[in-house]
Amino acid sequence: MSDTPLLKVHDVSKFYGNRIGCRDVSFELWPGEVLAVVGESGSGKTTLLNCLSTRLLPSTGSVEYHMRDGSYRDLYRMSEAERRFLMRTDWGFVHQNPADGLRMTVSAGANVGERLMAIGDRHYGKIRASAIDWLERVEIDADRIDDQPRAFSGGMRQRLQIARNLVTGPRLVFMDEPTGGLDVSVQARLLDLVRGLVNDLGLSAVIVTHDLAVARLLSHRMMVMKDGYVIEHGLTDRVLDDPREPYTQLLVSSILQV
Amino acid sequence: MATPLVVSEVSKSFTMHLRDGIKLPVVSDVAFSVASGECVVLGGPSGIGKSSLLKMIYGNYAVDTGQILIRHNERIVDLASADPRTVLNVRRNTLGYVSQFLRTVPRVAAIDVVAEPLVARGEEAGAAREKASALLARLNLPEALWQLPPATFSGGEQQRVNIARGFITEHTILLLDEPTASLDATNRAVVVGMIAEKKKAGVALLGIFHDEEVREAVADRILDVQQFSPRKIAA
Repeated sequence: MSDTPLLKVHDVSKFYGNRIGCRDVSFELWPGEVLAVVGESGSGKTTLLNCLSTRLLPSTGSVEYHMRDGSYRDLYRMSEAERRFLMRTDWGFVHQNPADGLRMTVSAGANVGERLMAIGDRHYGKIRASAIDWLERVEIDADRIDDQPRAFSGGMRQRLQIARNLVTGPRLVFMDEPTGGLDVSVQARLLDLVRGLVNDLGLSAVIVTHDLAVARLLSHRMMVMKDGYVIEHGLTDRVLDDPREPYTQLLVSSILQV
Repeated sequence: MATPLVVSEVSKSFTMHLRDGIKLPVVSDVAFSVASGECVVLGGPSGIGKSSLLKMIYGNYAVDTGQILIRHNERIVDLASADPRTVLNVRRNTLGYVSQFLRTVPRVAAIDVVAEPLVARGEEAGAAREKASALLARLNLPEALWQLPPATFSGGEQQRVNIARGFITEHTILLLDEPTASLDATNRAVVVGMIAEKKKAGVALLGIFHDEEVREAVADRILDVQQFSPRKIAA
């Protein structure tokens, strides 16, 4: 276990006019750690995720990232080009809707290979070989490499999006409801896949979800959001087995048992 | 060497916000310790707080007051106030737990479920699987099941997977929540033997055993949880 956090989030707030998106959120994310952010629609979890991943400029606060060279950099004091480079290489972002994270009109292989080219790979054979390797790791048959994601099912698209994100060996992955629109059997497969990849690669991840079972399965630590505030956080087991806040108790007691 | 597990002045209650905030006291002023090589069995009737106590020590339940001191990597850690990262680290290296029921993960084979705690500690996957095989064989789990995910196993089979997973590491503290509840006599005897080996290896064990025969066989002493229960006055 490394002794320095990967991400240091300090008092991040985002206002939309007078409305609160998220308010005074602070936490640290450690290497290899998976943090789940849960809460109902409109609680600010996606706003927070976007503020962390530089997709949205927070109104106040700072987000510091531990760069590969060992220094900490405030994401919002970097140049746009540096941020983009980070986003394309050291980070991944898995959208709820795969169409937002994929290029739907180029082949599956190109979707995966594109990120490799962004970090300077030029050897076509090697790029194609890594693309095939990654398609197999996310359980897509190698013979689908030249098909466009338009021809893929929802679950396959989501797995392709994950492959596209992980091919560059990122250290931090943001996921926004990664199992959102999928039916349950496909969800289980995807969850198991994500869980295996996170363990094998030692990734850190911030996963936004409203599904507490997803959070239980994937995350070490959990933050519960309501009306823009983090109202409870702690070890995932603890938050789910012994919720303290009224709203968390409501959430946990609302899970349907099968 | 410091005592592996010391529980001091621990109190716990549940506040049910959805039920007009009623407060349910669970235990108060819990104080005891478990020495290296000792097996302490929690006694008392159902609902007195035995499982809750194990969950507090493992960190699944927060405590209201008090300390849970664990000897971890030659340091003393207070789990009652430790941050999540520390709790996870203690669980990975020092504190094991065999729960009553196995929480199954879809699609993961039984043998990998058992090997996982070793892999998480950095052991090579092949070696970890070998140890897992040995344990599953010892617990008489049919080899045909090893490569299958345990979700469809019988209660007793799942419990044996769970026991193997808990016993595979060399954790210095082991919490056991009725590990023999759904086992037949043969496998109960196997588990009793495994507990004896852990004791010999200097592990501190704290468990709940409703089966009298097993309890007699493993317990060095019985800790009556009733003495910590607020219900003792009413009872």
